[in-house]
Amino acid sequence: MSLLSVEDLVVRHGLLQAVRGVSFSIERGETLALVGANGAGKTTLLRAIAGAHQPAAGRVLLDGADLTNVPSHRRVGMGIALVPEGRKLFVQMTVEENLLLGRTAGRPGEWSVDRVLDMFPNLKPRRHAKTGHLSGGEQQATAIGRALMSNPEVLLLDEVSLGLSPLIVDRVYAALQGLIASGTTIILVEQDLNRALAVSDRVICMLEGRVALEGPSKAVSRDQVTKAYFGLHRKSPGSVPA
Amino acid sequence: MSTVSSSPVIERGTATSRIAAIAVAVIIALLAIAPQFLSAGAVDRMTALFIYVILAAMWNALAGFGGLVSVGQQVFFGLGAYFAIRLADAGLNPFASLFVSAIVVGVLSWPLSLFMLRLRNGEFAIGMWVIAALTHLLVNLDRLVQGETGTSLISLNVYDAGTRRVAIYWLALASMTALLATLFGLLRGSTGAAIRAIRDNEDAAASVGVRVTGTKRLLFVLAAFGIGVAGALWLATSITFQPKTYFNVQWTAYMIFMVLVGGIGTFEGAILGALVFFLIETWFGGTGVWYLVGLGATAVLFSLFLPRGLWGTIEERFGLRLLPVGYRVRLPATAVDGDATPQQSTISREKA
Amino acid sequence: MSNQIIQGILLGGYYALIACGLSFMFSVMRIINLAHGSLAVFAAFALWWLASRFHIPPFVGLLIVLPLMAAIGWALQRFLLERSARGGALLPILTTFGLAIVIDNMLFEQFGADTRSLAPYIGSLSYDSWEWPGSIYVGKLAVIMFATAVILLGGLQLFLTRTRLGRSIRATSEDPDTAGLVGVDARRANAIAASIAMVTVGLAGAFLGMRATFDPYAGAPQLLFAFEAAVIGGAGSLWGTLVGGIVLALAQTLGAQVHPQGFLIGGHAVFLVVLFVRLSTSGLGLRGLLRLPSRSAS
Repeated sequence: MSLLSVEDLVVRHGLLQAVRGVSFSIERGETLALVGANGAGKTTLLRAIAGAHQPAAGRVLLDGADLTNVPSHRRVGMGIALVPEGRKLFVQMTVEENLLLGRTAGRPGEWSVDRVLDMFPNLKPRRHAKTGHLSGGEQQATAIGRALMSNPEVLLLDEVSLGLSPLIVDRVYAALQGLIASGTTIILVEQDLNRALAVSDRVICMLEGRVALEGPSKAVSRDQVTKAYFGLHRKSPGSVPA
Repeated sequence: MSTVSSSPVIERGTATSRIAAIAVAVIIALLAIAPQFLSAGAVDRMTALFIYVILAAMWNALAGFGGLVSVGQQVFFGLGAYFAIRLADAGLNPFASLFVSAIVVGVLSWPLSLFMLRLRNGEFAIGMWVIAALTHLLVNLDRLVQGETGTSLISLNVYDAGTRRVAIYWLALASMTALLATLFGLLRGSTGAAIRAIRDNEDAAASVGVRVTGTKRLLFVLAAFGIGVAGALWLATSITFQPKTYFNVQWTAYMIFMVLVGGIGTFEGAILGALVFFLIETWFGGTGVWYLVGLGATAVLFSLFLPRGLWGTIEERFGLRLLPVGYRVRLPATAVDGDATPQQSTISREKA
Repeated sequence: MSNQIIQGILLGGYYALIACGLSFMFSVMRIINLAHGSLAVFAAFALWWLASRFHIPPFVGLLIVLPLMAAIGWALQRFLLERSARGGALLPILTTFGLAIVIDNMLFEQFGADTRSLAPYIGSLSYDSWEWPGSIYVGKLAVIMFATAVILLGGLQLFLTRTRLGRSIRATSEDPDTAGLVGVDARRANAIAASIAMVTVGLAGAFLGMRATFDPYAGAPQLLFAFEAAVIGGAGSLWGTLVGGIVLALAQTLGAQVHPQGFLIGGHAVFLVVLFVRLSTSGLGLRGLLRLPSRSAS
């Protein structure tokens, strides 16, 4: 059985349909990259999986259990953790307090404040600093650490490289590589296509709320993804069916 | 909405609203001649109703249209009565002093608005209450008022009771009509577009150039003036002035009740709410404390379960609009509810 | 004069007690509870009823009343505030104002217009005093009240910074949406915060009843005192509330010196002056006034 599956998910923001009937599933230990233009519905999809948006139709299943009516805070307890777009740290609280908040759901596991600080050594001196005063890279590290503190089964990463310098992005991904190697299941949204294809096992390209392309990252070409990204695949018969 | 190809119809009035306009004129004419047929007690009650309508309409102008919930509006009610006493004491004709007093209240509210309008939401609400409490204490210091003992508008006694009663009735009717007409005109004019834009989304309104503060100030001063008129008229009907009665937060509680029940942010709702309140008071006012508990509980229930009030709900359900202050867009294919559309609410250029 | 200043400072403890629940609820849920004062008077009546009917001394009565207040806070948040807050920022003002009217008049219905006091039920504590150097007499009750305020504020501070629940409440106050995404049950955090706030209201009500008299309509002035102290102190910090309470009390004491009716006028005046100065220097509205961080979620 798949670890997480999404079935015909529809999410609306008022009149706007941001996600229009998306289905996919992810196996344990897999890394799935979600790519697509701005407004394609990637962030909404991740937030719906995490429980921040209530879907208008469709289901989200974790280990076969229906999560549709489970509020976001209980989904954390069941093993879904989101690193939200824009990091969304509690800026009035310190790095340590933000990390400790990640443990609220009380899932047993190996993550601790010290382990997060080992993973992101640049946070060590900032442990008691308010996160509002941190640099973008330090904030992103705190946000990832906070999600890890809940010992998730599935980690959802929404644009972790947004607004960071290339050097810092490299560092963040180096840290993520360790997680991927250790077998953590990850769904990540990434604007940088090369990076998305490089770290993931499988890629889904979204267009206007739908899955435009899905395939193993090794098998799809950059060209195919680009076409799906801009909606050009609909004319070419050679594309991978969604 | 932009995808509709066939051209939508933009309209202000509807057939219903044209009938309603005629009906309003007829009702006002009938009310004007009503004292001929009513008993003295009934004339007094109708005067009270007109004052309630003024209070509801003014509080609604402030809260429903300006987004400014105040629990201190009794300050203007009390001051309207107090200045009338003061002016009459200085030798002004008592009837004239009623209106000069309201003008003084309106003028005073302007500098107050400079200060208070910088507070938001709950802070504004209780801030106004503090102003009311402080004003009450200061009025008590006036020797003429003699503290909580109070005083009366003695000079009104030179008129005989019958003349006085009918004169106050007509003054109340005229004041109510004039204030409602002013508010209606304001909401229909270009300021009205600004007001509705602010009501729907203050930040968005500001970002497209609506003069948010200026428009709110206009509503604040209008509400102060109108409630000042109401306070002065109340003094004229009851003659006696006790600060505790006039500066009582109960007045604001009544206003909130009327507007919440009638429908906050709708022109007709405030009038309907005043009518409902008037009937409830007539029927249950004698039950004392339970009547007040009922008013409070009803306000809580409406705010929780029917926040749009009676009129707002009717309007939503049936698309009914008697006195249209906004525009409605009727799409040829499907009926769309008649909310004022932002496309029409262009930037207000009018000085507020 | 120094005697009056000390009395004023001690009275500030009472204002800090009644203000801290108001500002706590405001900083967590962004709701100004207009029934705040009425609920304090309710607690005072509950203690009075226990004392006069069942001869339960008020300090023992607190063991019953404080849990009751906590339950009321929970229910208040779950059944009233949560629902009305969804309708925007203005609706909770109307809901809680309606609630205040209901509470005041129910108390009137139940207990009548007489003014009551808890003083007869606390024995000599209501008038006993200590003599401090310089022949200054301080009431024991006033000192207990002030100490309670300090302990309560300090305890709240520790609770919010050192415990998991406290962190959850702070996270919810900053961004309830994201709090949910890290595993915090925002509804529960808010309900607990409301319970804590009502416990402080219960304590404030107890001291209101012991140090003075109260009647069913005494809630409104208590609300104004709480609001004034909270705004003067800045609701962002708990210790600011204590400073605010002391400033308010001192201004009232000074007002009373100037004019026999100046007690309340002095308090309102200092509130408006502080408000005016802060508004003209900051140019900010609500957030600047209560020194709250802006909320990232809309």
